Amino acid sequence: MRQEEWKNMNQKNNKSVLMDNPFISIFRGNIGIIGVLVIMCVIVTIATDKFLTTNNIISVLRQISINTYIALGMTLIIILGHIDLSVGAIVAMSGTLTVGFIVTQGLPIGPSIIVGLMLGTIAGILSGAIVSVFRVPAFIITMAMMNVCNGIAYVYSGGQSTRITDEFFVAIGNGYIFDRIPLPVVYMTILIIVISFVLGKTKFGTYVYAIGGNREAARLSGVPIKKVEIIVFTLSGLLSAFAGLVLCSRMYSGQPSVGDGYELDAIASCVLGGTSMSGGKGRISGTVFGAMVIGIISNGLNLIGVSSYWQLIVKGLIIACAVLLDSQKGRLSALKKKAAK
Amino acid sequence: MGQTVLEMKGIKKSFSGIYALSGIDFSLELGEVHALLGENGAGKSTLIKVLGGIHQPDCGEIRINGEKVKIHNVPEARENGIGIIHQEIVLVPYLTVAQNLFLGREIIKNGMVDMAETNRRAEEMIAALGVNIRAETIVEELTIAQQQMVEIVKAVSFNGRIIVMDEPTSSLSNEEVEQLFEIIEKLKEEKVSIIYISHRMEELFRISDRVTVIRDGEYVGTKKTAETNPNELVAMMVGRDLESFYSRDFQELEKADTVLEVKNLTCEGVFEDISFKVRKGEILGFAGLVGAGRSEIMESIFGARPHQSGEILLDGKKVDFKNPMQAIKAGVSLVPEDRKKQGLVLENSVSFNLTLASLRFYMNGIAISEKKKKAVIDRYFERLRIKAASPEIEAGSLSGGNQQKVVLGKWLATEPNVLILDEPTRGVDVNAKFEIYSTINNLAKEGIAIIMVSSELPEIINMCDNVCVIRDGRMAGKLSKEELSQEGIMKYAAGGVEEYEPEK
Repeated sequence: MRQEEWKNMNQKNNKSVLMDNPFISIFRGNIGIIGVLVIMCVIVTIATDKFLTTNNIISVLRQISINTYIALGMTLIIILGHIDLSVGAIVAMSGTLTVGFIVTQGLPIGPSIIVGLMLGTIAGILSGAIVSVFRVPAFIITMAMMNVCNGIAYVYSGGQSTRITDEFFVAIGNGYIFDRIPLPVVYMTILIIVISFVLGKTKFGTYVYAIGGNREAARLSGVPIKKVEIIVFTLSGLLSAFAGLVLCSRMYSGQPSVGDGYELDAIASCVLGGTSMSGGKGRISGTVFGAMVIGIISNGLNLIGVSSYWQLIVKGLIIACAVLLDSQKGRLSALKKKAAK
Repeated sequence: MGQTVLEMKGIKKSFSGIYALSGIDFSLELGEVHALLGENGAGKSTLIKVLGGIHQPDCGEIRINGEKVKIHNVPEARENGIGIIHQEIVLVPYLTVAQNLFLGREIIKNGMVDMAETNRRAEEMIAALGVNIRAETIVEELTIAQQQMVEIVKAVSFNGRIIVMDEPTSSLSNEEVEQLFEIIEKLKEEKVSIIYISHRMEELFRISDRVTVIRDGEYVGTKKTAETNPNELVAMMVGRDLESFYSRDFQELEKADTVLEVKNLTCEGVFEDISFKVRKGEILGFAGLVGAGRSEIMESIFGARPHQSGEILLDGKKVDFKNPMQAIKAGVSLVPEDRKKQGLVLENSVSFNLTLASLRFYMNGIAISEKKKKAVIDRYFERLRIKAASPEIEAGSLSGGNQQKVVLGKWLATEPNVLILDEPTRGVDVNAKFEIYSTINNLAKEGIAIIMVSSELPEIINMCDNVCVIRDGRMAGKLSKEELSQEGIMKYAAGGVEEYEPEK
């Protein structure tokens, strides 16, 4: 007991008051992933002079925005101690069907978008309800949901892609404000701010951490576990559906294969950003950096001219290395603590 | 008795400059059961680890049968005839009893494990101790008590002459304890010496020949069990006289209002027909054996577990909490039994844990006000004397006593009128215990109605105004402060007294 107190005393001296500054605390909290990001930027900048231009940076931000919407929801899910494999399929379902409603069915654009978003939301509610009420592993349920949503997208579209030229719809993903900043980046910024606030400053966010950290303790503390779980899955579904709309708008088409692999990019962003797969730990800022790393891998490799097949291999390796590095960081500080003792 | 088989002298052990053991003497005679007694953090387990070769002492000597030995690791301890039965069972659950007994020393014939021979020899070993377990049973299918028997058989089979049992009864039912005691008697007849670690007084007085008390890593004294009494031992353990350790200012309760009343509460198969009331400023104890259903009753009142029938009245009004949130809002709080599993989010900060159950008090619109939170955190840090470098460090890094204070603070922050404490001092060191008792006393003085579930009889006897004893999910007896005694409570808890008649 006394040893621990001693150790705590030491920690106090190490941890300075600087932690109170939000920017410094974001920097300190994500030091590992920021390191990876900087190293990658330096390498790509040396390899090609096209990287560090305003146009390219804006384009990188636009590229990562879709993944970021999904990853934000995924962060909440993983902190809760679950996983959502259905997000990519929801992207495809919502995107494909919304485009279909507008082009094939000729429905007005407003209701089409609302129905599209609703579809993703409903998928989220269903997954969340089954997971929380029946205590079925989210891995299995969302995998089933992935199949259903993918199926719906393929059945509806017959596997064909549908071209869309509706001016308003196309503007969702291709518009700019101030003639410079792409709308998807604007959405991304707003969502990051909102979700950070919800997770960090509200009762709901505190409950998410509590459930993921210790479900039983949360239950006995009066945390409405089922409600929180269902809301988080619903939010993930909604964010994925939104990502689907923006993605199809940018591509001027709805196609059922559009969401392939998004679940993995989202999970990778969270893990890279330090969210613990066992729940209870994670930060929105980390996820955003994680999404940036993944975006810059693709962008950098494209600029350097690596073929897309090779890109898969390189991407996998970089993610593995980054996560390994991050896990060793924890071990390193533990070793240091031991040495200090 | 005579022959001394083990002698430990002046054992010192420090970790990073802080002494966990500062000069312990301990001796063990042939065929003796010697109890080692001490509060949490007193150094019992460190001493046992030194004996078992897990820790090396800084100085001091160990003699076995008069011969000086150095024990560097677990196999060496085994060679010296020392077998340790840890609190947690360390058998492989999916193998048979025989396979576990011969794990690491399999009987090989023609390059294969000779199962027939293994089983035969295992049966022999088991029969020698008079245990009734089949060698071919898969360990997982055994009860905890039976698994413990297997551990004992295993320890003896390594030619163990000195067997250490670390809190062997902590998860056993009453009958199982009897079985264990029979085995211990049998071992004594075989001239095996036993070091018995437990803080259950009634057991020590039944089974042990001598008791050695240690406190804060220091040797306090050794007594013949027949020549001492529980109060003396407790006073030796805590190092104060009992009056000041269990600081309680008893008050006149005759005129106090009843805050919580429970009538005929029943959850089939778990507990039945539980009725009691607790008044403002009263501490109502719940005694009984582990598994008697006390925690379940409390969870049920708190809305964390359903019940089929019965009434709960809060301030005279009928309530029926569907979940803990409703209970908390109504002013009922439960400090759960297991702080690691039920009390704390260990990986999160102390401040997170302290405020988790009372977030509704700190809201500013939809955002949590850091200022309001901070005020509450500061208040409970001071009031409970929580020793942590900062509120932002991980709750899991605190000592057991400070963790328990955080859990207590978390529930006090909900501003309860009824506070249910389930084993409030389990796994807590002496000083923290003392501080927790004085906090509980202050809460009672403030007029909070307190229910205290505890397996530690000294704490029940010295802190409570009235005590309910639960046996097998039923109210076995109600005792007032004047009637309280260890023997009295145990009689009700273990049976042997006529069935208690509920007041009509």
